[in-house]
Amino acid sequence: MDHSGLLGRIFRGVALTLVLVFFMFPIVWILMMSFQTNEQILRIPPRLLFEPTLANYEALISGQLRTAAGNLEISFMRNLFNSFVLSSAAVVLALLLGVPAAYAFARFKFRLGETIAFTLLSFRFAPPLLVLLPLSLYYQQLGLNDTYFGIVWVYQLIALPLILWIVRGYFEDISPDIEHAYRLAGHSWREAFTRIAVPLAGPGIAAAALLSFIFCWNNFVFALILASADKQPVTVGALAFVTASGIQYGQIAAAIVLSVLPTLLLALYAQRYLVEGLSLGAVKG
Amino acid sequence: MARLELNSLTKAFGAVRCADDLSLTVEPGEIVAVFGPSGSGKTVLLRMIAGMFEPDDGDILIGGQSVVGASPERRGVGMAFQNFALFPHMTAQDNIASGLRAKETRSDAAARVKSIARLLKIEHVLGHAPRELSNGQKQRTALARALIGNPEVLLLDDPLRNVDAKLRYEMRLELPSLLRRGTAAVLYVTQDYREAMAIADRIAVLINGRLEQVARPDEIYGRPASVAVARLFGDPSINLAEVAPCVEQGGVFADISGSRVRLGPVDRHAEDDGACWLGVRPDDLLISAAAGEGGIPARIVAVTPMHEKAVMLLRFADGMEWLAALPSEAGIARADEDVFVRFAPEAALLFDRATGLRVGLPHRRYAA
Repeated sequence: MDHSGLLGRIFRGVALTLVLVFFMFPIVWILMMSFQTNEQILRIPPRLLFEPTLANYEALISGQLRTAAGNLEISFMRNLFNSFVLSSAAVVLALLLGVPAAYAFARFKFRLGETIAFTLLSFRFAPPLLVLLPLSLYYQQLGLNDTYFGIVWVYQLIALPLILWIVRGYFEDISPDIEHAYRLAGHSWREAFTRIAVPLAGPGIAAAALLSFIFCWNNFVFALILASADKQPVTVGALAFVTASGIQYGQIAAAIVLSVLPTLLLALYAQRYLVEGLSLGAVKG
Repeated sequence: MARLELNSLTKAFGAVRCADDLSLTVEPGEIVAVFGPSGSGKTVLLRMIAGMFEPDDGDILIGGQSVVGASPERRGVGMAFQNFALFPHMTAQDNIASGLRAKETRSDAAARVKSIARLLKIEHVLGHAPRELSNGQKQRTALARALIGNPEVLLLDDPLRNVDAKLRYEMRLELPSLLRRGTAAVLYVTQDYREAMAIADRIAVLINGRLEQVARPDEIYGRPASVAVARLFGDPSINLAEVAPCVEQGGVFADISGSRVRLGPVDRHAEDDGACWLGVRPDDLLISAAAGEGGIPARIVAVTPMHEKAVMLLRFADGMEWLAALPSEAGIARADEDVFVRFAPEAALLFDRATGLRVGLPHRRYAA
């Protein structure tokens, strides 16, 4: 296609801008809201120009929420920290379990193999509330209620199937001959796995890890039911902004900005690795 | 110094028999080409020796020791794959070094990589990743990786399949001396009969999982064990005619398209075999405008000039078609001309119509 025509270039620019505005608008609006007071936000009509304030961020970081009804203690930073710990731990555990499992499903045919793989996938489309009620009863009996480990464990329902199925596809794309070649040179299958299969599936593993991190980060119901205040992530913690004296839009916006930031930075950083190495020319296609 | 022995290897995938009672011995320092049409079980055979598949039955011995059941890394086998199977995340240098079995110091390993790379003329690309190499360089890197460990058994799975024609000729010249550097028993799989004849000491012809013949290249070409083998060697492929040879006046004669042709004082077996295939290679046919003894009338249907020789399609009176390959300077032939076809009695090969085996050989399957 020829994009060099002047008209074509202008049209392309306009189209790109429209798409960009459409997708970026909510994020930009929230970013703007986070620097405004509640009164400024609720003005009608809303204004694009305003005097920015850092009050929302101050309140979040200091943990003191000033409302019309008085000071309120919030533990947003604690929630943010919880989100980080829970999501990271869940992804690490899911990688440790999921990558070898994905390799097994990709390389070996065994009895009930497909059934097991599909059962694991089916966790993804079962509604979480379906499992939550029995799970909370079991958790109470096992003493896992309101523990980091308990939540990390239940997050495996989110992360493990995702990692298993994405990484499995990447392993299947690696020619088994490459591993055979490594083994014939005198290396054990474990070395072939760690030095050949895992590095070659690296971009896939990174993508799966990133996605499951985001899904864990965004999870709401599991932590709502299974954890109390000091173990809850930001998604649940954000409920604190719905106060007796109204909804604190400014602080909610600031909280959203702070809680989106880690995943956004992670995605930007990992982007390089996701694309890199996807076009490896080892085997003649 | 280890000999590779295959004893009655059998392997089936479902109903498909990929190896059927295969027996073969490769001496140290010997190159045996495994040649056969695609799907004949060549690659499966290599993979059984390398330990990626286990045989259903039979034994594989390397240096007198059975390796069946041993994991690939313990077999002392080196292999070059048709698709190269280089490690894409390592440089050519690291790819080759990974083939070193013994744990060596870094500088020793680098020196050995350098020397084998010099031999294969890829010294200048050692720092490159596989995706930056040409197909020829990839193939040489894969060969270097297989050779550097000095394996007792070297398996080459159609290594020249994916390289261009010029390089293929070059490698055909270089490979034999390269492979004979060590004392490895070499199995070389190929689908190209010319490659097999150029590189190998012996050729094992594999058809549908069975070894039809194992012999020196000239013997396979001159005295193929069966019609199937005769068909696979030669381009254009051998001409065949259904004949019923009979013994007269101390010689064997046959009717080809109504003309009586002397097949020479060939084998005494011919008379009791009855129906036979007569095979004559296109290069052995002579064409003349004049009738004479043994001349079979035919019409030239088409001529394909191929510079050094011309291939012509001949049709006999009864409709049977043969190909003849003649030096193009012979220059007598034009399409739609009527000519007479002759061949020397020695050029005639007779095969039993029922078994396909060459008449004159003892009637047994070839087992080396």
